[in-house]
Amino acid sequence: METFLGLDFNVWWFLVFGGVISGYAILDGFDLGAGALHLLLRKEQSRRIALNAIGPVWDGNEVWLVIAGGALFAGFPVAYAAIFSAFYVPFMVFLMGIIFRAVAIEFRSKEPMLWWRKTWDVVYCAASITIALSLGLMLGNVALGIPLNEQREFSGNWLSFFNPFSIMVSITTLALFMVHGAIYLTMKTEKRLYARLRILSRNFIIFFVLSFVITTLYTLLYVPHLSDFFRANPVAFIIPIFMVLSIANIPRQIKKGKYRYAFISSALTIALLLIMVAMEVYPYLLYSTENPANSITIENAASSYKTMKILLTIAVIGTPLVAIYTSFVFWTFKGKVKLDEMSY
Amino acid sequence: MDVEILSRIQFAFTIAFHYIYPPLSIGLGLLLVIFEGMYLKTGDKRYEQITRFWIKIFALIFGIGVATGIIMEFEFGTNWATYSKYVGDIFGSALAAEGIFAFALESGFLGILIFGWNRVGPKVHFFSAVMVFLGSMFSAVWIVVANSWQQTPAGFRIVGEGLNARAEITDFWAMVFNPSSVERLTHVWIGAFLAGAFLVLSVNAWYILKNKYLEIAKPSFKLALFTATVCSLLQLAVGHKSADGVAKNQPAKLAALEGHYDSLATGDMYLMGYVNNKTQETAGIRIPGGLSFLLHGNFNTPIKGLNAFPADERPTQVNAVFQFYHIMVGIGMTLIGLTVFATWLYFRNKLFDKRWLMWVFVWAVLLPQIANQSGWFAAEMGRQPWVVYGLLKTSDALSKAVTANQVLFSLIMFTVVYLLLLVLFLYLLNKKIQHGPVDYGTKESIEEGTKRDNPLLAH
Repeated sequence: METFLGLDFNVWWFLVFGGVISGYAILDGFDLGAGALHLLLRKEQSRRIALNAIGPVWDGNEVWLVIAGGALFAGFPVAYAAIFSAFYVPFMVFLMGIIFRAVAIEFRSKEPMLWWRKTWDVVYCAASITIALSLGLMLGNVALGIPLNEQREFSGNWLSFFNPFSIMVSITTLALFMVHGAIYLTMKTEKRLYARLRILSRNFIIFFVLSFVITTLYTLLYVPHLSDFFRANPVAFIIPIFMVLSIANIPRQIKKGKYRYAFISSALTIALLLIMVAMEVYPYLLYSTENPANSITIENAASSYKTMKILLTIAVIGTPLVAIYTSFVFWTFKGKVKLDEMSY
Repeated sequence: MDVEILSRIQFAFTIAFHYIYPPLSIGLGLLLVIFEGMYLKTGDKRYEQITRFWIKIFALIFGIGVATGIIMEFEFGTNWATYSKYVGDIFGSALAAEGIFAFALESGFLGILIFGWNRVGPKVHFFSAVMVFLGSMFSAVWIVVANSWQQTPAGFRIVGEGLNARAEITDFWAMVFNPSSVERLTHVWIGAFLAGAFLVLSVNAWYILKNKYLEIAKPSFKLALFTATVCSLLQLAVGHKSADGVAKNQPAKLAALEGHYDSLATGDMYLMGYVNNKTQETAGIRIPGGLSFLLHGNFNTPIKGLNAFPADERPTQVNAVFQFYHIMVGIGMTLIGLTVFATWLYFRNKLFDKRWLMWVFVWAVLLPQIANQSGWFAAEMGRQPWVVYGLLKTSDALSKAVTANQVLFSLIMFTVVYLLLLVLFLYLLNKKIQHGPVDYGTKESIEEGTKRDNPLLAH
């Protein structure tokens, strides 16, 4: 076993992958959330501003999905193969959402007719919601585990993905993204649109807290094994406690008008939620409900140590680079949205 | 139909559709750098207008390229799970490098390229153009490296047996610089430059024909023509090198490219022809011994034919491979003739009067596209029945958890969505072209646009 700073390579890559997934959820989360609430903005001008608030960055945010896919494929090919072939149908729906959303953003502004714009608005909103819901649905099922055969491939029926727990996780994900997106838009807007978004973000927080509480209660009552880890390691309770604090901090900062802090809090909430899921599943990447011996772990799914070493080198060189130019782009477009001739 | 054929159709369809866009991004990226570089150097406002116009078109193309490209990355896992497990250790590092080094660079700076005109200075804007171009070039590096490894595997060992066998990396640089990657990468790059240059040529030829925006159309045409001429000539050399590589590394594919069966015979070179897959006979216009001469400098050297390979280790669709290859080569030659002739006319100051030639350029935009597609079809079908040459068969590479009905469902979905996408793309592209390289950047156009978007604001 090769290690770095006392941790096994596989564990490192699990952390990197978790980091990339969190990065994706935080970054694409706000533009997906902005998309999901798009139809609640009534005026054409408001919708244009909302679209242009995510305009320069949504594409860069989606890159994190590509990196996440690459990271899983490279580091844990067995898990990559099992997860995407198992979730074939929901994942295809997710991909359709990705296509339609990109197309809607791109095409909407190209014609002035109202019917054209309204059609793409509906497509954009529906696609954003579909993406958020299907991501949540897959996350829920990964947390629960799915039946796997001896070749570590899915051996169940895809209709079983629509179980109550996963549906709840799915709705919670959507709600959290909507909170996140509304706060982002509030940061980027002014005047009446800003006032409207303030009210929306408050409502979304209520929606999120409700769905979060229901999901948590359901988990404790009906899927108790998902909290085994926290029962065995009481110290880890610090994570859910932090999360509750972080959620509570969102409305507090909104009330004070400090949207940047509110945004950081919602980003933190997303990260902590994923950390909780990660702690719960570790060392499994995909738990087999049929026969636990067939489960996919960070050991049996991992690439060779040689590859892990290359991957970690790529990550060490690449991450600062990506961080530098991502911050440069966000810095360039900081402040409120101003429409100009190159806008959507 | 079974899962294998459905999955192959789906992969071929989604990758072919995707591959309309990345070559255009790479090629237009190069021209954007040239146009904006000219603007920085000369300060001539016309070049700024040209740059702004093509950035708008670039954004449209890039958007669809990204959306269809994300599908590709995940399709390995959804439809080819066994393959993913087999190559993950090798392929994965190339894909991860692509995402982090290339795609992130490209997408990040694209935001500044499109929306940053009023937020950054001209030099930073030009720098963003260069970064977007480099990002798209790097993307091609990692994708072609991964594909080339499937054609000519190197720097690996096989671990495990049967269903659990997989390739593990032993030498990263040997994997990156596998025997075919350099020549295939340059071939792909130049093909992409040609795709971009011919799009610029087509649009500007049309303006010249319509007698519109001449002060912008002519310098754009000139710069694109020089790029296209250099690239089409380079492509001949690079393409030849690539064929040499195929002869050395994938003899079964080479034999299929020219429909050559008999190992004792000399290799003929066909200008066009037809291969009867059943009788194993090839007929057409040919240069006897031409292939032997091309590869060995001697018309009489025998070339290893398809019959030298076991029936289950050579491509069955020989005629298709043959036709795709010859379409690509034929177009390559046509492009050389066309661009050299046009350059010659340009220096005699007669180019823009030749209306028929301008019409040829309007439609010639399709040629590099068709050549790029056929080249890939020849390369991928010629590799069959292997998905990883000599190591893993395509029929063994599938996802076992996926049923034929599921693939049929997704295939129908992709077909409908992509056709819709293509129609919309062409409609919007045409609209932008009709709109012309004007109005970008003037104050009046912004106000006009706002009024048009929201009639209520006009009062």
